[in-house]
Amino acid sequence: MNSHNVREYPRRRGSGRLVVVLLTAVLAIAGCAGGSTGSTSPTSVDMAAALKQPATLTLWSWVGGLEDEIAIFEKKYPNIEVKVVNAGQGPAEYQKLRTALSAGEGAPDVVQIEYQQVPSFTITNNLLDLMPYGANDIKDKFVPSAWQQVTQGNKVFAIPQDTGPMGMLYRQDILEKHGIAVPRTWDEFADAARKLHAADPSTYLTNLPPNEGGAMTGLLWQAGSRPYRAAEGTELTLNIDDAAARKVAGYWNGLVQQQVVAADADFTDQWYQGLANGKYATWLTAAWGPLFLQGTAKGTAGKWRAAPLPQWSSDEKVSGNWGGSTSAVTTQSKHPEAAAALAMFLNSDPESTRMLATKQFLFPATKALVTDESFTSQGLPFYGGQQVNKVFAGISETVRTDFTWSPFQDYVYSAFTDTVGKAITDRRDLPSALRDWHQDVASYAQKQGFHLTS
Amino acid sequence: MNPSRVVTADTAVPVVASRERNRSVTRRHAIAAYGFIAPAMLVFVATLVVPLGYAAYVSLFRERLVGGTVFVGLGNYGEAVADPLFRAGVLRMALFLVIQVPIMLTIALVFALVLDSGRVRFGRFIRLGIFIPYAVPSIIAALMWGYLYGPDFGLFAQLARRVGLGTPRFLSEDWILASIANITTWEFVGYNMIILFAALRAVPSDRYEAAAVDGAGAIRTAWSVKIPAIRPALLLTVIFSVIGSFQLFNEPQVLWVLAPTAIGNGYTPNLYAFHLAFTNQQVNYSAAVSFLLGIVIVAVSYVVMLATNRSSRS
Repeated sequence: MNSHNVREYPRRRGSGRLVVVLLTAVLAIAGCAGGSTGSTSPTSVDMAAALKQPATLTLWSWVGGLEDEIAIFEKKYPNIEVKVVNAGQGPAEYQKLRTALSAGEGAPDVVQIEYQQVPSFTITNNLLDLMPYGANDIKDKFVPSAWQQVTQGNKVFAIPQDTGPMGMLYRQDILEKHGIAVPRTWDEFADAARKLHAADPSTYLTNLPPNEGGAMTGLLWQAGSRPYRAAEGTELTLNIDDAAARKVAGYWNGLVQQQVVAADADFTDQWYQGLANGKYATWLTAAWGPLFLQGTAKGTAGKWRAAPLPQWSSDEKVSGNWGGSTSAVTTQSKHPEAAAALAMFLNSDPESTRMLATKQFLFPATKALVTDESFTSQGLPFYGGQQVNKVFAGISETVRTDFTWSPFQDYVYSAFTDTVGKAITDRRDLPSALRDWHQDVASYAQKQGFHLTS
Repeated sequence: MNPSRVVTADTAVPVVASRERNRSVTRRHAIAAYGFIAPAMLVFVATLVVPLGYAAYVSLFRERLVGGTVFVGLGNYGEAVADPLFRAGVLRMALFLVIQVPIMLTIALVFALVLDSGRVRFGRFIRLGIFIPYAVPSIIAALMWGYLYGPDFGLFAQLARRVGLGTPRFLSEDWILASIANITTWEFVGYNMIILFAALRAVPSDRYEAAAVDGAGAIRTAWSVKIPAIRPALLLTVIFSVIGSFQLFNEPQVLWVLAPTAIGNGYTPNLYAFHLAFTNQQVNYSAAVSFLLGIVIVAVSYVVMLATNRSSRS
């Protein structure tokens, strides 16, 4: 078993139904965008020369079937050989990575790391700053909310691979049956939750999973909560119970106390059944959610639709992010130039990124693909032919761009389950549980040597 | 050996010579003996003593995310002793021990006695049936039971609803310890039964004959002859169970997925140590907690042995 605290969110798994690779388009785009590895800062390295040197790289990734993307890279840089290793998904991989990093050997050159984990590895100086290797040149290719999460000051520690802008999947048939309009604001959502559960006690408008710090963080992110600010030295600003978070906790507190939302742990049998048999009428999820749902609740095909998250005010259009990964280069790498080139190429080369989106079904982190008609215009039968990618592509642009992660996100999520999660299950007061969450993390941070400011 | 001695000395000579010979034989035997146990000792030292020593060493420091590593002496131990999560975990396991172990061993003993009495048909078949759960890996067992416990689609919940009993909340905070106890009982009754049954088979039959001559019935024989006769085996199962209880890990770890808020990070001391090391990155503190847990286990096992010895003497 892996460390069970940080839940592994499901990667989009598809059956090849999505977009077919349009080879001509790919070639056309590949033609215009050259790998510009230029000199941007005085410390930049001569990449062109370094990449002619023979090198063997190891890449850790749990995304299956990367061979084709790698083949394009190896074709472009014939002297570089890449070995892909699946060292486990999420926490399983991080444990191995941490062990190898503290042992001083055995870590890969390039490694897949989720956004929320990047600062947990930079705090221990295990990731290479990619700025001198030309990361700045590809900055503008990425959606700002993704780039923001891999940047610290003027350093870039990873290259975004996929993202998880949050939206809402809902059962159109259930809402229609009870005459409920698709909620656009959280107020409407609360009314709908009460109305639906009163009309049918076996149905809940949604499920608030008590074990999913990642999903809750996405909702807090949308509301404008900024729980952690980048640490300067040993300084850390911690405000888990800031005004925005208190607003969110107070809101859900009402629904949880009235028992009009379910409180089941997600990614369990119980929860899968709930999605499949109409116990939950919506799933507040991220851009990887649609394909996951399609695979897990086959019997409900055609009944689901996608929409943006409800908003805090009707004139707003904002969202948060849940999930998604990056490629980072470890400081153990003996070939930092080649490793940096791989991390950047894999996630920014037009041909490679299109493959990631259409073969591995990763929700793209690049602007080019998010706005690409051939990607967004695909209608999914499971969603009644709705262009689901277009919905999430639209949401992707509305993800707030000022969110940063703590340097110990594993612990933050674990503490979430023990405090707020427990209160959700027991239907206890959420705002006071939010304070407990903050206190718990604060005392941990101090033990880890941080000086807290607020 | 010095041959001149043999010539010059008289009566003492053969003794000395044989002593010398003996000593050298002993020495040779000793060297051979060391040679024979060396492989085992090497493995013992490499896999047990060295890691333990290293863990003890590590537990004296505190490595922090920022600000480096500091020597804290017994600071981690002091913190652990005062740590409410650790204490709650140890107490929870003590409660588990006091309730689950007697139930499990009583069932195992009754099964063993019944099978030993030779009065049941298909004895072998039943013995195997009772033992089979032990052959199921505990992870699988916990997964299976976790599924059965489910409040919406679990077998028990469905049955209970059908007969109008409402939905039992086996995975709620109030019931989860009992649910775990049920799984471990299911798993280990067969294992303990086999140990006790084997011990019963080794009891000399003349005792039974003597009991029969004295007019003891089957139950009286079981109580006054069989159970005292297998006391060492019973003690063995008790000690195993004490250790097993305090080291409970797999079942709560698997059920955590289903009941993440009912089973906290410090639910059992072992689970806590695991979390400290792999989620919290507090390896040093985790080592201290593990050592303290080891001390608790040794102490409780010792008390159990002392208590049993005393009651056997009185």
